[in-house]
Amino acid sequence: MKILVAVKRVIDYNVKVRVKPDHTDVDLANVKMAMNPFCEIAVEEAVRIKEKGGADEIVVVSIGEAKSEEQIRSAMALGADRGILVSSDESLSSLTVAKTLKAIVDKEQPGLVILGKQSIDSDNNQTGQMLAALAGLSQGTFASEVNIEGDKVSMVREIDGGLQTLSLTMPALITADLRLNEPRYAKLPDIMKAKRKPLEKMELADLGIEVNKTVTTIKVEPPAEREGGVIVADVAELVEKLKNEAKVLP
Amino acid sequence: MSILVVAEHDNSVMNAVTLNVVTAALALDADVHVLVAGQNCQSVADEASNVSGVTKVLLASQECYSHSLGENMGALIAELGSSYTHILAPATTNGKNYLPRAAALLDVEQISEVVAIESADTFKRPIYAGNAIATVQSTDAIKMMTIRGTAFEAANASGGSASVESIDNNTDSGLSSFVSEEVAKSDRPDLSAAKVVISGGRGMQNGENFSMLEKIADKLGAAVGASRAAVDAGFVPNDMQVGQTGKIVAPDLYIAVGISGAIQHLAGMKDSKVIVAINKDEDAPIFQVADYGLVADLFDAIPELDAAL
Repeated sequence: MKILVAVKRVIDYNVKVRVKPDHTDVDLANVKMAMNPFCEIAVEEAVRIKEKGGADEIVVVSIGEAKSEEQIRSAMALGADRGILVSSDESLSSLTVAKTLKAIVDKEQPGLVILGKQSIDSDNNQTGQMLAALAGLSQGTFASEVNIEGDKVSMVREIDGGLQTLSLTMPALITADLRLNEPRYAKLPDIMKAKRKPLEKMELADLGIEVNKTVTTIKVEPPAEREGGVIVADVAELVEKLKNEAKVLP
Repeated sequence: MSILVVAEHDNSVMNAVTLNVVTAALALDADVHVLVAGQNCQSVADEASNVSGVTKVLLASQECYSHSLGENMGALIAELGSSYTHILAPATTNGKNYLPRAAALLDVEQISEVVAIESADTFKRPIYAGNAIATVQSTDAIKMMTIRGTAFEAANASGGSASVESIDNNTDSGLSSFVSEEVAKSDRPDLSAAKVVISGGRGMQNGENFSMLEKIADKLGAAVGASRAAVDAGFVPNDMQVGQTGKIVAPDLYIAVGISGAIQHLAGMKDSKVIVAINKDEDAPIFQVADYGLVADLFDAIPELDAAL
């Protein structure tokens, strides 16, 4: 069985995001970029499934600027076998990315597709679900546990208020939630080895995909700042203020 | 132009977040329909028909909708979608699961976690974990949006008299099946809907100590939450997590106990009306967003607070 994992190049999660003074976007000049943390969890899960004998090949795909090759190499250092880079200099919508991934799924015919549940830049949480719809795959979102059982995938989802277990018919699509696993650190020999793993490069247009531009960002602003308040001396003063000043206690 | 709101429910009771989504819908147009898809969920349809401002309720009662499976819900919404200019669902784990699937089937984008409606085609949404707010404009024929419930007032649950129309769509994909569900049962209000939330962080030291917060919660009718640090330390389950990777809350009163205030946590609660922080470290970043800060050992302050209420 083949597993396809999609990874995205995003701003490193440790970087403090700043909005550009002209309010057109956040400032990405000279900031550290990395693999989206949820994508890293997706890669790790694929590697664990392969290590347990549940898969024989892991293909990693990234769509975006040419530098996304770095994130593909990172995924290879963690254990992916082969890479596909679909490059485009344009800003790509979720639907465009889902259509691109659908073309890759058609070509590669994976038994399992794993994505992160969302990227930490656009916070959309939709590409996996869209891909599942377009490719006619069963969908298990926000996974905290994944087990391959013959031609089914048993998976546990993080839902509001608890956990839900589903059985998915393969080919299936999984989106990884935070608690699915803790990704390993790549070892130096594996980082070296990753440089020699096969990587296929293509342009978005090579797949016949047009960039969908129906949603445009017209402004990006910093959120309203919260003013710090007062420090109270003790519990009595706190309760008094909550009752009489804030009026949030009866 | 008509707006479709997808109701959130458990087949017997409508989840209150649906009322917030109705308010968002009414900001777009007065003709608001509510889709109740489930199994044996007539009581939910009746509830929806009483909501002030709702003009029609569509009731799809089939076994395949009983657990809101993404494949079946997505296909149903796509079948109904072409009659609407906007389709809104709550940004719950259900809404986030099925709505993008429906959007792709209708060949339109989805706008996630909308927090403000500027006009019929222009919306605001947080990006980068709430560190920036984007204003986006859509030219899609059908605007599909998930709505962050805490950003909109609840519509009046009564006063409406919408007709209930049963529809016989059956979009069972057969691709996935429900096995089981473990949902924590609690008499306390739901975290995302509670007027008061009291949360504990790593400073609570262990799970047992959360009972101190529960006692106060019961006095205030509050929900109990936790920071990611407390969840990662294994004190409490993940569904109690407030933050970027957990629940987004915006209660009237948020009490943060033994929480340092990582950006990740602030992203989940900084829209609360009044924030109280209790922490023994006076340099904790939580104090920068708190309206009332108390620098004290929580093991002294919480029993005192309990006694004072």
